Amino acid sequence: MARAVSNKTKTINTVIAGTLGVLMFFPILWIIILSFKTEEDAVRAPLEVLFQSGWTTDNFSTVQARSDYFRHFSNSVIISLGSTLLGLVVAIPAAWSMAFVPARRTKDVLMWMLSTKMMPPVGVLVPIYLIFRDTGLLDSRVGLTVVLMLINLPIIIWMLYTYFREIPGEILEAARMDGAGLKEEILYVLTPMAVPGIASTILLNIILAWNEAFWTLNLTAANAAPLTAFIASYSSPEGLFYAKLSAASIMAIAPILIMGWFSQKQLVRGLTFGAVK
Amino acid sequence: MGQITLSQVRKSFGEVHVIPGVDLTIEDGEFVVFVGPSGCGKSTLLRLIAGLEDTTSGIIAIDGKDATALPPAKRGLAMVFQSYALYPHMSVRKNIAFPLKMAGMSESEQATRVERAAKVLNLTSYLDRRPGQLSGGQRQRVAIGRAIVREPAAFLFDEPLSNLDAALRVGMRQEITELHQSLKTTMVYVTHDQVEAMTMADKIVVLNAGRIEQVGSPLELYRAPVNQFVAGFIGSPKMNFIEGAEAKKHGASTIGIRPEHIEIVEDGPWTGTVGLAEHLGSDTFLRVTVDGIGTLTVRANGEIDRHRNDRITLAPQTDKIHRFDKDGRSMK
Repeated sequence: MARAVSNKTKTINTVIAGTLGVLMFFPILWIIILSFKTEEDAVRAPLEVLFQSGWTTDNFSTVQARSDYFRHFSNSVIISLGSTLLGLVVAIPAAWSMAFVPARRTKDVLMWMLSTKMMPPVGVLVPIYLIFRDTGLLDSRVGLTVVLMLINLPIIIWMLYTYFREIPGEILEAARMDGAGLKEEILYVLTPMAVPGIASTILLNIILAWNEAFWTLNLTAANAAPLTAFIASYSSPEGLFYAKLSAASIMAIAPILIMGWFSQKQLVRGLTFGAVK
Repeated sequence: MGQITLSQVRKSFGEVHVIPGVDLTIEDGEFVVFVGPSGCGKSTLLRLIAGLEDTTSGIIAIDGKDATALPPAKRGLAMVFQSYALYPHMSVRKNIAFPLKMAGMSESEQATRVERAAKVLNLTSYLDRRPGQLSGGQRQRVAIGRAIVREPAAFLFDEPLSNLDAALRVGMRQEITELHQSLKTTMVYVTHDQVEAMTMADKIVVLNAGRIEQVGSPLELYRAPVNQFVAGFIGSPKMNFIEGAEAKKHGASTIGIRPEHIEIVEDGPWTGTVGLAEHLGSDTFLRVTVDGIGTLTVRANGEIDRHRNDRITLAPQTDKIHRFDKDGRSMK
């Protein structure tokens, strides 16, 4: 419901929101600026960095030459898309049955799945590491895809479950009465109605998988390392190279940032779906 | 053809026996209304016929063929839902054509049939809109259109008018009745509104707690209810029930008299005080507290000049008094 808001309150709110927005965006902005500076300029005082130093794109080419950005990039793409698609294959039927044919324990199962997200992942690191070592999955894209799928599966199922719950059962029954078999019901009625939900689930899951750092760092070495490992390689061992680290960070987050930017409407709708009827 | 026979149909959800055992025959071409209070199992019974719920035991036959195990799509029935259940992502045209598409009908045949149904239901100018752009009454018409295009053996209606406002409801009620008269197809209609039941049905099935209390034409139920439940449920306003000494005089445990069968007279057996007078214009309903009997509803003519706290005398039409035994069954 709309509430009457005075112009003064509006101005104050805008200023507060703007300030918060700038504060939150500032680190990213600073990384962008530093990525175009030389290493010497990057460690100078902030004002000097801004006004008394030149600009360069050398960092990007150095980073690509030194650590093969595109290999990490393709690993990230494969792992995040792969884990998302694999997750959907498991989650769609699961969410489907929980939304449309709930049993007595469905709610408990959902809560249990969510509870696995509350456990610190380090708790299962050792067993998973050992399993991976013995099955030869360490540093493989397949292994990482499976782990990330499992990590995010509760969220995918929960999201899809909420979307499917929003589809009135009577519409599915109407389709059945109209002569649709299970295949037609899914193809012509359910899927078109669930498309926005499935789309935002895919988007969110790609972002989560792309940014996942714990498992990707611990289970990969050289072959399957995605962009998270690529950024991490620019920290401590050789000291901190701010400019190169910044360039690497920008290269790592740019794809997902651009994707997020274009799909933000879909994402916001997806995340608040079902909150207000 | 559209004869539906239920024999010993039972439905339980776990320990709860929603339908403890129903036998019923719906003849071809009949307009049958299932009526009863909410939770009486009338919708469940309809869904059993539709195939949307599985029977726990018993047989459902459509045109003499056992359909108990058939999926809904194979039963040849069409259903109109309370929420209309239109496909929101399809245009009106595609909604109506959907059952034809599922039946594998050619595009041109689909188009002809959709046009014909749209004409019958005054939907021609809305065919390219989405359901979201239609009013409640129009949506209901689309739902009916979707049901009639494939010429089913029978139509099932699950409280189709309860989401409409009062004026629209009366209009749609007449339209559905007219549709039945022109199509002459079996219709099974579920409602909790006894006025809809009385005005539309050839045959009313009164349900209570999953059991059939009585089956009969509207006037049969009105004139000769088999028990106190049916007597109280059919007729508006509700029948007055009187217990105690007055009932004993008639040799019954309870007697019932409809508001329209009590007259306001100069000198009658009952004297009472008017508590509330509802002037509807066509009728006036008085709530009268009768000395030694209790509160009764009385129907009087519309222009009557009686008000709160007036003393009046009443006379029941003795031949219209219903007598019930202590189990609530009607006594002959």
